[in-house]
Amino acid sequence: MKVVAPIVTTTTPPPLALDCALATEWLVAFLRAEFKRRGFEKAVVGMSGGVDSAVTGFLCARALGAENTIAIRMPYRTSSPQSLEHAKLIIDSLGLTERTVDISAAVDGYFATEPDVDGSRRGNVMARMRMIALFDLSAKYRALPVGTGNKTERLFGYFTWHADDSPPINPLGDLFKTQVWELARYLGVPDVIINKPASADLIQGQTDEGDFGISYAKADEILNWLLTGYKPEEIVAHGFAESDVNIVRKRLDSTHWKRKLPTVAMLSPTAIGESYLRPVDY
Amino acid sequence: MADSVNLTIVQFQPRKGDYSGNLKRFERLFDRLVNIEQRPDVIAFSETVLTGYFVEGGVRDVALPAEVFARDLNGAFRAHCTGQVDVVAGFYELHENTYFNSAIYVTLGGEAPYIAHVHRKLFLPTYGLFDEERFVEHGLGIRAFDTRWGRAAILICEDAWHAVTATAAALDGAQIIFVPSASPARGAWPQPDEEMRGPASMHRWERLARDRAEEHGVFFTVIQLTGNEGGKAFPGGSVIAGPDGDVRARAPLWDEASIAVTLDLQDITRARASSPLLADLRTMLPHMLRSLQRAGERE
Repeated sequence: MKVVAPIVTTTTPPPLALDCALATEWLVAFLRAEFKRRGFEKAVVGMSGGVDSAVTGFLCARALGAENTIAIRMPYRTSSPQSLEHAKLIIDSLGLTERTVDISAAVDGYFATEPDVDGSRRGNVMARMRMIALFDLSAKYRALPVGTGNKTERLFGYFTWHADDSPPINPLGDLFKTQVWELARYLGVPDVIINKPASADLIQGQTDEGDFGISYAKADEILNWLLTGYKPEEIVAHGFAESDVNIVRKRLDSTHWKRKLPTVAMLSPTAIGESYLRPVDY
Repeated sequence: MADSVNLTIVQFQPRKGDYSGNLKRFERLFDRLVNIEQRPDVIAFSETVLTGYFVEGGVRDVALPAEVFARDLNGAFRAHCTGQVDVVAGFYELHENTYFNSAIYVTLGGEAPYIAHVHRKLFLPTYGLFDEERFVEHGLGIRAFDTRWGRAAILICEDAWHAVTATAAALDGAQIIFVPSASPARGAWPQPDEEMRGPASMHRWERLARDRAEEHGVFFTVIQLTGNEGGKAFPGGSVIAGPDGDVRARAPLWDEASIAVTLDLQDITRARASSPLLADLRTMLPHMLRSLQRAGERE
């Protein structure tokens, strides 16, 4: 008799690898359905020069046509010139309609009344100014704003509340950053955009991973384990550094509020969203 | 009993909450599907086909008695069609002052429709993205029923994920088990099965359909909703599995589609002769019931 050595089996979270062809079909179908249901043919996308907005631009072009995808570049005077160039690269390669709106005057006009503003507040004002522009231009062009936030930054709360997260639809919000990179490669986003360090570009020299203190590759793996229900000590037992798990857990646990609508005091038995429940497409 | 059944399955994309508008589309759909050389005996639709699935508290707005649903289907059929056709279709039901997620088996074409059966969903998914128990009540039984061509049973979506439901239907004589479903797609990772593309959840459905069909020697027909409801994609991918666990038909992903197939009911005889698992189960059933009873009483 052949005695097989004992086998230790363990479950793991769902793979982060993507069937990119399937994901593309899935997201294109999502965009087409949402635009049809809401009665829009055109999209406005804030094109930052980063990989998230690039992938969103590619998907919108597939779903709606390049002629119906309006890319809005919204630089502030301290924004990296490279961001503007990379946004242009996407716009030109897809043949998107382009608008460039310099938000410097609007932002600085507000800052003139708040001379002591710090970096964090400056970043939030810029992000909100960009959404003012995006929503206003959506009205001008009778177009629907499309969000570009990925799952990792949403889970980390790495966005400005009621700014980056405010467009009514978002094709990337359930894809981790590393999955967005994978999809970007499949869709043909230029390497120069995929390979550069991700940055919110709100402060000169800023990078996402520098702000987090952990790489997206590690963060996405740990988030995947946490969201699947594994406890931090179980994740550490699977070979992840305790310090990395703590960084991820702390960011996740401290930002639930950012992924919710404002808290409303409930007095009646028919509180909206508590007892009176209707889905968004009803 | 007929030797064969012409079955058409339809994966339909309703406009959310627009019962009347969707019903109007059914008039044209019946015209296209029925007024052809090889008429279907049965047309099977998905769960909650005329309202959409995720309606939350909107169940109170869209639920209606089975008799009204049958009357409306009959009206849509008779708009452009003559003769008869049987229909399986899911709907939110108001029954005895209570809301259910139900599916009807009804013969259309007469002055009044004939309702052969109403199945009320037993297993209400209330986990993850699902919240059914909050809005509808549990059905409490499964039974097969006689039709013009033979014997059928209905399970709705999660009902079919519990092996015992298909067992009950098959033991009760069902030859075709209809499973109207509304299953949002989940899992975009690569699949090892090159024969079938699609989300991981759809692979699970197909595996389930083939296993249930083969274990019981029945035709097992999963009819999926399609379209997008608030970011949740119903991918289609409806499937008909034969009594040998083989795939008889597979609908495309993402799009509305209909597939017409002729099912040879003698395939059931041949499959059960080769693999008499259902007969073995029937023999052992009294013992199994005692085991189930004992296991069910375990605290």
